[in-house]
Amino acid sequence: MKNRKLMSGNEAIARGAYECGVRFASGYPGTPSTEIMESFARYPGVYAEWCPNEKVGLECAIGAALAGTKAMAVMKHVGVNVAADPLFTVSYTGTNGALVIITADDPSLHSSQNEQDNRNYAKFAKIPMLEPADSAEAYAFIKIAFALSAQFDTPVFLRTTTRVSHSKSIVEIADPLPVEDTTQIRFNAPKYVMVPAMARLRRIEVEKRMQALRAFAETFPENRAEINRTDVGVITAGIPYHYAKDVFPDYSYLKLGMVHPIPEKAIRDFADRIDRLFVIEELDPFLEEQIRAMGIPVTGKDAFPYTNEFDPGVVERAMRTDPVEDPAYVPPVVPPRPPNLCPGCPHRGLFYVLGKLKVFAAGDIGCYTLSFMKPLEGLHACICMGASIGMAHGMSKALGEKGKGKVVGVIGDSTFIHSGITPLLNAAYNRSDCVFIICDNRTTAMTGMQEHPATGFTLQGQSAKALDFERLAEALGIDQVRVIDPYDIRQTRAVIREELARSGPSLIVSRRACALFRRAAGPPQKPLRVDPGKCIGCRTCLGLGCPPISWRKFSDQAPDQIVKNTKKQDGNAVIDPQLCNGCTVCQQLCKAGAIVAGEE
Amino acid sequence: MSKPKDRATGEKSVRSILMAGVGGQGILRASDILCEVMIRTGLDVKKSEVHGMAQRGGCVTSHVRYGTCVHSPIAKKGDVGILIAFEKMEALRYLDYLRAEGIAIVNDTEIYPPAVNLGEARYPDDILTLLPLPPASVKMVRAQEMGVRAGNPRTENIVLLGVLSRYLTLEPSVWDEVLKVSFPAKLVDANLTAFHLGRVA
Repeated sequence: MKNRKLMSGNEAIARGAYECGVRFASGYPGTPSTEIMESFARYPGVYAEWCPNEKVGLECAIGAALAGTKAMAVMKHVGVNVAADPLFTVSYTGTNGALVIITADDPSLHSSQNEQDNRNYAKFAKIPMLEPADSAEAYAFIKIAFALSAQFDTPVFLRTTTRVSHSKSIVEIADPLPVEDTTQIRFNAPKYVMVPAMARLRRIEVEKRMQALRAFAETFPENRAEINRTDVGVITAGIPYHYAKDVFPDYSYLKLGMVHPIPEKAIRDFADRIDRLFVIEELDPFLEEQIRAMGIPVTGKDAFPYTNEFDPGVVERAMRTDPVEDPAYVPPVVPPRPPNLCPGCPHRGLFYVLGKLKVFAAGDIGCYTLSFMKPLEGLHACICMGASIGMAHGMSKALGEKGKGKVVGVIGDSTFIHSGITPLLNAAYNRSDCVFIICDNRTTAMTGMQEHPATGFTLQGQSAKALDFERLAEALGIDQVRVIDPYDIRQTRAVIREELARSGPSLIVSRRACALFRRAAGPPQKPLRVDPGKCIGCRTCLGLGCPPISWRKFSDQAPDQIVKNTKKQDGNAVIDPQLCNGCTVCQQLCKAGAIVAGEE
Repeated sequence: MSKPKDRATGEKSVRSILMAGVGGQGILRASDILCEVMIRTGLDVKKSEVHGMAQRGGCVTSHVRYGTCVHSPIAKKGDVGILIAFEKMEALRYLDYLRAEGIAIVNDTEIYPPAVNLGEARYPDDILTLLPLPPASVKMVRAQEMGVRAGNPRTENIVLLGVLSRYLTLEPSVWDEVLKVSFPAKLVDANLTAFHLGRVA
């Protein structure tokens, strides 16, 4: 009982890794993977670090594995793109200790810019991949992944999806195994120096390894056939297994714990016993194409969607031959509730100004990406981590004179460190005419306040060197560096205007800690209120889209409550004191002086 | 106090509860506590929610599924026995998850989304008339008021758990046991009071 814990998939991975002797983990935060590193870092005796980006994270884990330990590199699906360079070659070298790369994919793009299916990386890089379907499997599979890595001298992928990472289910945990120190320096140039002559030889080893893994897959107990009714059978892996079991418990299943390489013989044996075969997988027809190539007819993407995550209802609708009943109730249309910048968010003042200046703001990945929405509309592109600076530079070069003073690149502090430094160097080197802005809120806010190289602390809470953006920019060759406080609207507007008017690249550091980040931001200030005796109903404050500020029409107010200050006024603004954190940005914008401090 | 029947049961061996509200209302904490009570009762439990961007003022939902052997951590539409709307309008948004004979516990609190704040959309006037459920299947609760009475307005989520507990056949003593270990010592009393205010509401 004591050892039965309700754990998220992410917590279960961290626990499993800790129990099987992993003592090194590196990564970069990214939903839905972040909590793996955060929970792992709390176990006694482990070393875990946030790196500037996933490429660095993987390289550190490769080094740790080379030293003979069990090492884990943790990232979200798009992080693997960043880490792809070392990834493809560590597949050749293999690992000395053991190396597991965790990729947390995000079907439905809950918190991502794309929906890529990273099972393709396993095939592409010739690396085996395990895929758990719930927390208990996540806990078990991370241990298997490390065992496989050591046994086959290969990096191993563990793939989760958002639903597995963030769902909680019961895990039976155990005591950690005693850890032996297996580290030492071993010289083995033919295996670890990937120059052409040696890489060609390792390339052959990779194919031998894949052959051995294919044989292993046939007897791997987590590639599990459950034979029930044989008129319909399902081949699946990961969370779709549970969706299908939920609605069709009587069918037969071949549930693959390893999605690369697949067990061809086991699949043929299963298919032989089944009349109608379905392949259920979210996103790409990864298994389906391989099974079809074996000459086995299956129903897959002809019945199931390519896009978005599934649920039991999706599976039921795709597989049932008789009509599926519609839900009993139909919801009426209600106003949407999109994510929004928080009350007092320091990004708000900056993007309000950028929106009003009508510049093109190439944006990046972070909370501030939300500034593209009404009413701010201060951000106009977002591709991937670090892209804003290069995009703005490229745009301004292409536009030439037309683009002068019209293009800015905006990037967060953590994102800048992740992959904004080299494009800023490029901008300096290639004589850019852009203004670049770092929205420096002193933390990695979007994923929940993770430390980074400029916060002064490490993942495990030790104090650290804090990167100085201004000095770095100067060293890169950016001559003009300004610092602004985005809570000060007049200064923000003035400095951006000045820099837009100048030639040459300039960097503005918009520095104000995230309003939710108590360590750096301190407690919230006293809430402000609207004095109805002064509000002229101009709605300027509403242009900030700050959650506490709302519009009350006079037609919705009791006649004796209405205070009309101008002829055309048809309502007034109100501020919810429960939500307001007193940042004063709205107060600075109010020409009527109607936003005031203190009690009524 | 007459105990309402376990309306979530139906004929199924796995049952579903859906909590829906707005970021910051304590939904994830509430569903964690609910699951822990179920585990201590010997049930299999899975729960699911999506973290990340949804925290920034967006909708938050938590699916809780329990029974002897639970597969999917999310319920399909039309299969939820009890829908708990932590915010009134969210009861409407997720109505299609509810079973025909399911019940809705609705917190009588309004949180305006941006479009309503800007005056571009109207907040639905009367949620009760828009809810196409038999009146006996809707339980309206003033959880915030009761939270204040319990000594802390932030115990709103626990008030709603108290209301929920009357529709479930889980031992009250297990609820108390779990609530006591779910909060820092100084907050335990307010949360226990909030739970019991909800339970008799």
